Amino acid sequence: MDTKRRKFLKIAGAAALAGIGAPAIVKLTSSAAIASEAVQHETAAHGEVAAATGVRLGMVIDMRKFAEQPELLDQAIAACNKVHNIPHFPDRKNEIKWIWKAPYANVFPELESIHKSEMAKKAPFAVLCNHCDNPSCVKACPTKATFVQPENGIVAMDFHRCIGCRFCMAACPYGARSFNWQDPRPFIDTYNAEFPTRMRGVVEKCNFCGERLALGLEPACVEVAKSAGAMVFGDLNDPDSEIRKVLDKEFTIQRNPAAGTKPSVYYIV
Amino acid sequence: MIEKVLKGKSTYWMWLAVLGTFIAIGAACYVRQYMFGLGLTGMSRDVSWGLYISQFTFLVGVAAGGLMLVLPYYVHDYKAFGKITILGEFLAISALIMCLMFIMADLGQPLRGLNVIFFATPHSMLFWDMCVLWGYLLLNCLCGWVILTAERKQVHPPKWIYIFVYISIPFAVSIHTVTAMLYCGLPGRHFWLSAIIAPRFLASAFAAGPSLIVLACLVMRKFANFDAGKEAIQKLTTIIMYAAIINTFFFLLEFFVGYYSEMPGHMHSLEYLFFGLEHDGHVYNNLVPFMWGATLFSFTGLGILAYMKISKVFDYRLVGVAATLIFFSLWADKGLGFVFGGFVPNPLNEVTEYIPTANELGITIGIWATGFFILTLLYKIAVGVEHEIES
Ligand code: SF4
Ligand code: SF4
Ligand code: SF4
Repeated sequence: MDTKRRKFLKIAGAAALAGIGAPAIVKLTSSAAIASEAVQHETAAHGEVAAATGVRLGMVIDMRKFAEQPELLDQAIAACNKVHNIPHFPDRKNEIKWIWKAPYANVFPELESIHKSEMAKKAPFAVLCNHCDNPSCVKACPTKATFVQPENGIVAMDFHRCIGCRFCMAACPYGARSFNWQDPRPFIDTYNAEFPTRMRGVVEKCNFCGERLALGLEPACVEVAKSAGAMVFGDLNDPDSEIRKVLDKEFTIQRNPAAGTKPSVYYIV
Repeated sequence: MIEKVLKGKSTYWMWLAVLGTFIAIGAACYVRQYMFGLGLTGMSRDVSWGLYISQFTFLVGVAAGGLMLVLPYYVHDYKAFGKITILGEFLAISALIMCLMFIMADLGQPLRGLNVIFFATPHSMLFWDMCVLWGYLLLNCLCGWVILTAERKQVHPPKWIYIFVYISIPFAVSIHTVTAMLYCGLPGRHFWLSAIIAPRFLASAFAAGPSLIVLACLVMRKFANFDAGKEAIQKLTTIIMYAAIINTFFFLLEFFVGYYSEMPGHMHSLEYLFFGLEHDGHVYNNLVPFMWGATLFSFTGLGILAYMKISKVFDYRLVGVAATLIFFSLWADKGLGFVFGGFVPNPLNEVTEYIPTANELGITIGIWATGFFILTLLYKIAVGVEHEIES
């Protein structure tokens, strides 16, 4: 496995070099399915390993930056809510959340300590689906309505296949999934015709903005938070990607790594 | 044989009418839920499974409990169970029908239920659960019917049916094992993530199923002139007693692991269930009365059974009380606490309590009534055949 992986990284690295000079967005979406420019990347990386592992999208959330600009996280959340037609229910019971705020103690209950930094005590943390490498939601789903996109590692949903059994909600160790207990449409504040609304009786969650990546755009939340450096998005398998540079430099933590799901979202605290 | 359900005393018809009323109420509630969505239930983002799935889990156990009759009779040739083995098989049929109805009631998109077959996904435990539940249902229908038909003609059942009877034995174990695996393979849900869940489920099933059969025998003894025989009932109470003791033992082991290791994740759910969980200055404890009630019921029921064994008395009323107490204690343990407790706290260490709504209760009671309706008809046939042979 290890040699296989190293070999792959080499190939992926060479492929990334081949992409030098292309706009940054190419590397971000370097996959045949989500950006046409990436075809060349795919061919370059062609090989038995690359086809299976390919691009693995991930995110770094720099909480220091979010703590400096408290309104930034709200804006990022609002951006996601808007582009994805996320309904706003006043009560906690019906809540639909793709990205939201929670205290450190709730986001990292296993890492909770008495003497933590002021920032960890006060600043609200961003929470979203981790797009796990070994997602337990996908394992649990009896219809493959939630599945891993092989070309980029996104854990995606098929709203038309989901039977609403909510096995995935019980299986996700991060509470990242929401269920439409009733018709969400009347509760959508501003409607975005570019993205489908959901029917009642299905599960949903952050999709890493798969639909925007396909258009060569960055995720909506990243677009808001990127300039401040609070969110970095990219290919975890590409050693030359911006996200890998950040990960190489900074010490990061992940939510409940003991669950063995290998989250793709990293936090700088 | 079916014609037997059409002839009965007035108590029989009254009982069916009562059940029919509850079925009608349940159906009306389901129509409401179907039109509006599962928002009519008390379930939430944090407690995403409620009464439906918990009743399903409990009833899989009741269905598996029939094994405690099939096994002694067919494998150990224990003759005293000759008259009641069919009751175990018929109980399994009605319990499994309830299970399937509870699953359907719980689906957000019930019309897409067949997707589980169209897009069969072997790495999902739900797929396997569906396979074994349907398998066990069909096996019991087949075995029950063929054996009862032979009995009625007073001939030996055909040899081939025994193959299916023997297959049904591991199947009974598998339905509850796989149901346990729905829970115990989920990372991040500490209360469920325990290898003892499957054995505990089986132990509680082997007490709950026979308890219900004992109660049915007592009712039929009074109202349907059907005598299961003292020896059979006594043997059943022994089985119930040991199974319930083993279940309690397993549960206490969970307590030890949680409270001796003092690992928060292993204690929280137990704390919530038995003592109330304090969180942000609020104590969440709506299941505490049920869990202590279950404890009290369980020990009282076991005490009564033990008393009868030790002092060698036998009294149908005492048996009835003990079986009722044990049945309800197991119901509260698995049919309430196990599922709801597993969701507290949620993965973000937040606490949301679950309180079922009236509509949800209506559907739940309606499904139970449907199960008892089917059970009554099946037992009517079994007892009718019995009487026919006797006369
Ligand atoms: S965070 Fe949860 S929902 Fe997202 S991929 Fe991981 S297990 Fe699935
Ligand atoms: S609710 Fe939908 S996505 Fe979740 S496990 Fe069931 S079918 Fe799969
Ligand atoms: S990546 Fe896209 S879907 Fe996920 S939280 Fe950000 S904006 Fe929402």
